[in-house]
Amino acid sequence: MIFVTTGTQAPFNRLIRAMEEIAGELVDEEVVAQAFGVDFVVRNMKIVEFLTPEEYMGIFSKARLIISHAGMGTIISALKERKPIIIVPRIAAYGEHRNEHQLATANKIAQLNYMPVVYNMDELREVVLGTHSGSNVLFTMPELGDTASQSLISSIQEFMIAARKPR
Amino acid sequence: MKIMGIASVGGHWVQLLRITLAFNDEDVFFVSTNPDFASMVPGKKFYHIAEASRWNKIRLLKSFWHAFHIVSKEKPDVIVTTGAAPGLMGLMVGWLMGVRTVWIDSIANVEKISLSGRIASRFADRVYTQWPELASSKIMYAGNVLV
Repeated sequence: MIFVTTGTQAPFNRLIRAMEEIAGELVDEEVVAQAFGVDFVVRNMKIVEFLTPEEYMGIFSKARLIISHAGMGTIISALKERKPIIIVPRIAAYGEHRNEHQLATANKIAQLNYMPVVYNMDELREVVLGTHSGSNVLFTMPELGDTASQSLISSIQEFMIAARKPR
Repeated sequence: MKIMGIASVGGHWVQLLRITLAFNDEDVFFVSTNPDFASMVPGKKFYHIAEASRWNKIRLLKSFWHAFHIVSKEKPDVIVTTGAAPGLMGLMVGWLMGVRTVWIDSIANVEKISLSGRIASRFADRVYTQWPELASSKIMYAGNVLV
């Protein structure tokens, strides 16, 4: 199963339209897409607008591959679960977000070689269908612990200990 | 010491949990824009707050009002947020009520500090970025959530 996730902030129909086409070319593979504001008929995928955290994690764990907008929630979940993922950033110039921070996040992720990032839908089709027919996309995900870096946590805790004293 | 952790739905919330759940010896309660998230912090007190953005002033006020009620009731010693606008509302309420405030800019802000983060840096007691190149005299870097 492939899980497409686009968050709850705004529609991402460029990705949903492309995945609808790609899903039509996949043989025997279910595609579930979490998306809202889909303004065209979808036949090849199951669309769900919102998911509870439990539903989300259930589908996420079952999926073979995640295709996601460049949202940190999904990126962190994929790193934690070591789940193959392809990132497709929202482009503000196309009205998909309010600013280009997803593009910046995606560029950084690509630069750090955390996970594959694709910027256009032809590339996405090749990568998804390529993975499907057995060719490997390189998923070089670093292992992720359960918490933020100890240095950040210690820094905040030291601040809080200092805050105990009256101002 | 009582800590209030506040964040919007999505990446902000996931980052908040990766930080605050490390404070396991502290009394932490949570505030978020998705009421379903209560199930992600079992055993911790949870409050729902209105979603808001700078494009909708009415919702910002609603969010501020919710935050005011929560902070008045719980009287935290410290408020920690990873954003976005509702987190800023929580921090502003805390600042007005004399609570210590910590803003942690989302790791998604890789090229510049978010607008909310820049606003928070004017009054918050502590502001962190998760990218060393964005640190400044007012904004600290001490690590990030992706470890």
